Amino acid sequence: MAKITLNINKKDYPLEADPQMPLLWAIRDLADLKGTKYGCGVAQCGACVVHLDGEAVRSCVTKVSRAAGKKVVTIEGLSETNSHPVQKAWQEIDVPQCGYCHSGQIMSAAVLLREKPNPTDQDIDDAMAGNICRCGTYLRIREAIHMAAEMQKKTGTKG
Amino acid sequence: MKLFVPKKAATVLSIFIFIIAVGASAFRNDAPVKQITFSTINRDSVASVQAFETVYKTLMSPRCMNCHPAGDVPLQGDDSHLHAMGPKRGLDGKGVYAMKCSNCHQETNIAGLHMPPGNPEWHLPPAAMKMVFQGKSAHELAKQLVDKKQNGNKDIKKLIEHADDGLVLAGWDPGEGRTLPPVTHAEFKKAWITWLQSGAYAPKK
Repeated sequence: MAKITLNINKKDYPLEADPQMPLLWAIRDLADLKGTKYGCGVAQCGACVVHLDGEAVRSCVTKVSRAAGKKVVTIEGLSETNSHPVQKAWQEIDVPQCGYCHSGQIMSAAVLLREKPNPTDQDIDDAMAGNICRCGTYLRIREAIHMAAEMQKKTGTKG
Repeated sequence: MKLFVPKKAATVLSIFIFIIAVGASAFRNDAPVKQITFSTINRDSVASVQAFETVYKTLMSPRCMNCHPAGDVPLQGDDSHLHAMGPKRGLDGKGVYAMKCSNCHQETNIAGLHMPPGNPEWHLPPAAMKMVFQGKSAHELAKQLVDKKQNGNKDIKKLIEHADDGLVLAGWDPGEGRTLPPVTHAEFKKAWITWLQSGAYAPKK
């Protein structure tokens, strides 16, 4: 066990954890932030995506030690009032069915829109191919990302 | 003691050698001796092509070829299938958007069967120089490997050094559930250097 301070959603969490512990464990069980989901545990599904210094890492295979000294953002911290363009578009189109994978979907989509404000369908496929949805909401995901891009353009906000 | 040279002649010869020695010392140069360099290439087409057999079968093994695909999606597994999720190369070879290599591939291998292998430099060759191995004949690959326009502008020295590149070495530490290249790294490196230093000849086919 080691003392590790994680900065999650702009707040410092002094934790005692094995440096090898998956970041997902620390987020959910030690920082008690339950929005990020455990899906496969082997980096195959994308349900556990969080931002680590802005990159959409899979927290189930990312060790706590890698996150020390960096900024972690989870679905709870993407915006203070659920007002990120991706979150708004998700609500507008009512994208989720069961919803289990969608914190990961939204976190991945936010990175896409930051790097490619006007994504094509191909860009969306390239960015989102690693986020699996058992309910098959892919068409609504694509539609919502296009809508979020439009919102971003109109309001000038960036993910 | 029996002398083979007449005494007088020996004396003259001694004086002569002394004069030469004194004269020569006037031209003595205390500057460091310039290192004599020899060409490291000893051309031997037979040895070169023979060594390339080992090089080729190693580079075409999944541990090397999977990150040198013909397309823009890396390969995966011992059967070199397209990488699940279809991550794309991107301009720098490190993926795109939410699908960057290091989002899953950590600095070290993750414990467990078929878990993502890791390396701090995990990436494909960049889009501007794809360095494709997949589908290349031994002849084509040999030509490509020494072509500076296709090998990252590496000369022979840099190519030899590349055998110890961290990502190359990672091929011999592939993580659980993956076969190793067909020869050890030492055997590969020996064949690699032999091939390069004997002229980097390409096999006919």
